[in-house]
Amino acid sequence: MSDLSATQPIEVRFRGGGFAPKARRWVGVVVFVVLIALIEAGTRAGWISALTLPKPSDVLETLVGLWDSGLLFKHFNPSLSRLAVGAALGVSVGVGVGILIGLFSYIRAGMVPLVAAIFPIPKIALLPLFVIWFGIDEGSKYALIAFGTFTPTVVATYGAVDNVDRSLIRMGQSFGLSWLSIVRKIVLPGAMPGILSGLRISLAIAIILLVAAEMLGAEYGIGAYILEAGSLYDLERLFAGVVILSLLGVIVSGAIGIVERRLLGWRT
Amino acid sequence: MDIRLDAVSHFYGETEVLRDISVDIPNGQIVCVVGPSGCGKSTLLRFIGGLERPSSGRVLQIGAPPEGSLNPLTYVFQDFALLPWRSVRGNISLVLEDHGIRGTKADRIIGDVLDRTRLTDFGNALPKQLSGGMKQRVAIARALAVNPAVMLMDEPLSALDAQTRELLMDDLVALWTRQPFTAVYVTHNLAEAVRLGHKIVVLSRRPGQVRETIEIDTALADRGYGNAELERVQKHLWTLMRDEARAADEELVDV
Repeated sequence: MSDLSATQPIEVRFRGGGFAPKARRWVGVVVFVVLIALIEAGTRAGWISALTLPKPSDVLETLVGLWDSGLLFKHFNPSLSRLAVGAALGVSVGVGVGILIGLFSYIRAGMVPLVAAIFPIPKIALLPLFVIWFGIDEGSKYALIAFGTFTPTVVATYGAVDNVDRSLIRMGQSFGLSWLSIVRKIVLPGAMPGILSGLRISLAIAIILLVAAEMLGAEYGIGAYILEAGSLYDLERLFAGVVILSLLGVIVSGAIGIVERRLLGWRT
Repeated sequence: MDIRLDAVSHFYGETEVLRDISVDIPNGQIVCVVGPSGCGKSTLLRFIGGLERPSSGRVLQIGAPPEGSLNPLTYVFQDFALLPWRSVRGNISLVLEDHGIRGTKADRIIGDVLDRTRLTDFGNALPKQLSGGMKQRVAIARALAVNPAVMLMDEPLSALDAQTRELLMDDLVALWTRQPFTAVYVTHNLAEAVRLGHKIVVLSRRPGQVRETIEIDTALADRGYGNAELERVQKHLWTLMRDEARAADEELVDV
């Protein structure tokens, strides 16, 4: 090595960076702001025509108008209650069936093909059927949303139950815990991460189905509002409705985030 | 309570894993089972605890378990098997709840076992906050809480680094010296076996058979680091096992 000591030392090139996502809080907000500012500038300057996109400031004005007239809550409240009732029904039945599939071989053998057959049906196509079964008013809307959230919840739940650490279950058995205790204290908490991430998908589907249901026979509701605006080609109101839906999605996702932080604090 | 294995043999399908194993596990002693990997040590332990059934032969309990034993045959697992969503106290209370022990009575038991495993200050910690050695101490505390007649320890120190292993061995010795317990201790680490075993059962490679049973009379507390007698026994064990271990290592797995 002695003959090398004369040469200039070079620092070792760092090549270990990247591939480690970090929390960058405000980037998301900046993307929104820049996008909206661009559209605003474009519509004002005229290189985006009024028929292509509405002016964001006009959409905001429409939203403020909705708030002031009280119409916002007249549309928002029925939508929210439909979402809550329908999703609560679908998710609770879905989690129950998912756990049964996860625990019992016969139920698994019987139900998994059935769920696989139901899953790809566009639930919106069944809306007329639900109208006949449950009536044109709230019943059919609850049923549609419940049915739509049921299948993804089932699939997520039994997958989560399958993934519960078997060594923990064996531990429970070796200490003589009862079957019910093992399910309640080991299987359920162990499946919770999977169930909650399934819930994110189920609730997004619920919002989509909510709008679909309201487009077909509802006087009030965000879906009805969007449908009315759309048929009049009133882009400001249409976009106001879309903004409300997006906000609803963000709120739901945030709520699940809070639940996850409370229930899953034990995860590393 | 003693345990007796009476001519236990076992097959997995066509493969013979254990052949005619007869071992006595006397009350108040630690019996170590050593052998090359795949010789059926852990399977044997599952038979003793009733988690699996041998193809032939019997596992017998001789005498009644001690008064107040909630779970006479209690395991300590290699991977600790702690519920990550429960605190240290919660993990111990888990095995008491099913016996209707709650409230102050449970607190007393939990306090006692945490004290014996020197974990009193960590009762409210979650498993993710603990080191491997502490996790295994929690698992041992949990096993002690049900007042077992026999502890079935399945390579309890194998997932730990060498220094932690050394510390935990001292802990186990201290625990036994304070209050002797009966244990079957499965390991592939010969140093652990000569340090903790009153009796060491050497199994051959598959199909596992008892090759030799060695008794060590030195008291556990006197088996310090670098004890000449233990070194000799360990060397003897290794000569018994070396060729088998090599052959087992070079075996193809056909599953």
